[in-house]
Amino acid sequence: MVTRRPDYLRLPMAEITTLPEAVARLVHDGDTVAMEGFTHLIPFAAGHELARQGRRHLTLVRMTPDIIYDQLIGLGCADKVVFSWAGNPGVGSLHRFRDAVERGWPHPIEIEEHSHAGMVNRYVAGASGLPFAVLRGYRGTGLMDRSPTVAPITCPFTGEVLTAVAALRPDVTVIHAQQADRQGNVALWGITGIQREAVLAARRSLVTVEEVVPALKPRPGSVLLPGWVVDFVAEAPGGSYPSYTHGYSSRDNRFYEEWDAISRDRERFLAWMEENVLG
Amino acid sequence: MRGWDAGEMMAVAAARQLGDGQVCFVGIGLPSQAANLARATHAPHLVLVYESGTIGAKPSRLPLSIGDGELAETADTVVALPEIFNYWLQPGRIDVGFLGAAQVDRFGNLNSTVIGDYDRPQTRLPGAGGAPEIAASCARVLVVLRHSRRSFVDRLDFITSVGHGRGPGDRAALGLRGGGPALVVTDLGLMEPDPERKELVLTHLHPGTSVDQVREATGWDLAVAADLGTTEAPSPEELAALRDLAR
Repeated sequence: MVTRRPDYLRLPMAEITTLPEAVARLVHDGDTVAMEGFTHLIPFAAGHELARQGRRHLTLVRMTPDIIYDQLIGLGCADKVVFSWAGNPGVGSLHRFRDAVERGWPHPIEIEEHSHAGMVNRYVAGASGLPFAVLRGYRGTGLMDRSPTVAPITCPFTGEVLTAVAALRPDVTVIHAQQADRQGNVALWGITGIQREAVLAARRSLVTVEEVVPALKPRPGSVLLPGWVVDFVAEAPGGSYPSYTHGYSSRDNRFYEEWDAISRDRERFLAWMEENVLG
Repeated sequence: MRGWDAGEMMAVAAARQLGDGQVCFVGIGLPSQAANLARATHAPHLVLVYESGTIGAKPSRLPLSIGDGELAETADTVVALPEIFNYWLQPGRIDVGFLGAAQVDRFGNLNSTVIGDYDRPQTRLPGAGGAPEIAASCARVLVVLRHSRRSFVDRLDFITSVGHGRGPGDRAALGLRGGGPALVVTDLGLMEPDPERKELVLTHLHPGTSVDQVREATGWDLAVAADLGTTEAPSPEELAALRDLAR
């Protein structure tokens, strides 16, 4: 008996290309885009490429919007942000995010917020091909009333009331990793966050890497994503700065502190983006 | 002049609550200071769990973010985010959870989402992060925040994390299996929920503060314990260890 192979097994290996080309081919205006990396491996270079290519009307999904989405929001790329913690870690506020939510600058944005546990389970459901995931959480909180993607659910076995969160299915997920080989197999280590689930939940994916190597050092378990679940791989050395890439770079904590002053003022923010990212 | 400031008093008071060998879910800022101070002093076997997935992290100095490289390098194990929330926090493997907030009410419910109306916020705060599930599932929750009428409010602008709800029995009715807030540490003193009524009661004053000062900084008629105590001032050893971490 011949078993029909699922479609994804017929996909070619990941295509190795440049970052501008990958973004141009993968990310379209109006897309739902998840750029993940929990403090570690935040794909800044890819975020900046989106900004340079002038993407608009994006729904930006990320557990911790961090500076990368503060920049995209401040530049007017986002119509909506889906998140669970929108602060500058260890420093304070994300001022561009706050300006958009509190004062509608540069334009009003829609927000949809969850807890971290809710967001990770939404990605797990997406990666698992399920419409929702179940967790203990949210009950009694105001979050329950603020999002159409969370609802109570009764356990069919025990009758216990739990919480269901809807699957996340981004159009595109973008992550950064240490290495890929020429087939696009991705080696990512250290704090792995939610990146595997975010890629598997997405319709399309881009992985930027510090370097493409002829062959990955053979170590069982070191490949987080085989090349056949990744669409594009692009080299972006230092692409996680000012966050960090374990084994390659350190987090620039001072820049995270400096961003507070840069981002507080609209004009200063725009000038900084023009000088350092757009120009 | 005393040789310590209010922030140090808070960190020291919180650190003393952590027992050796306990498992502690740590957020950045004062919780991380307190947990690392405890590990450097009376609780060398305290297990620090940061929500980035680093379990048993042993940083030599205070990290700025919950995902700093040193946390991963010194951890017993590093797990992915679905695991930290689903396998470690949710089933009740954590003894102590630390939470800060912008607002707390008399039942230890917390707001870290918004000040003012949700749709027209006066101040948009970062939001929930891991807090709702930390509040739901840890055996005990320690709440740490500075005392003022803006933070100790009669009614929260938003319920981000459930403490003791609207009183006795509420946690069980909501299916929250952890014990909820056991202690609130501020720059003025310590508060614990009354075992019957679950409402916060002032149990200790920090050295140099008064009941009037605490009540003046609280937006409801705060109950005061009959056997009100005074927190022991930070010792030279505690202060030295704390300052060494922040160097």
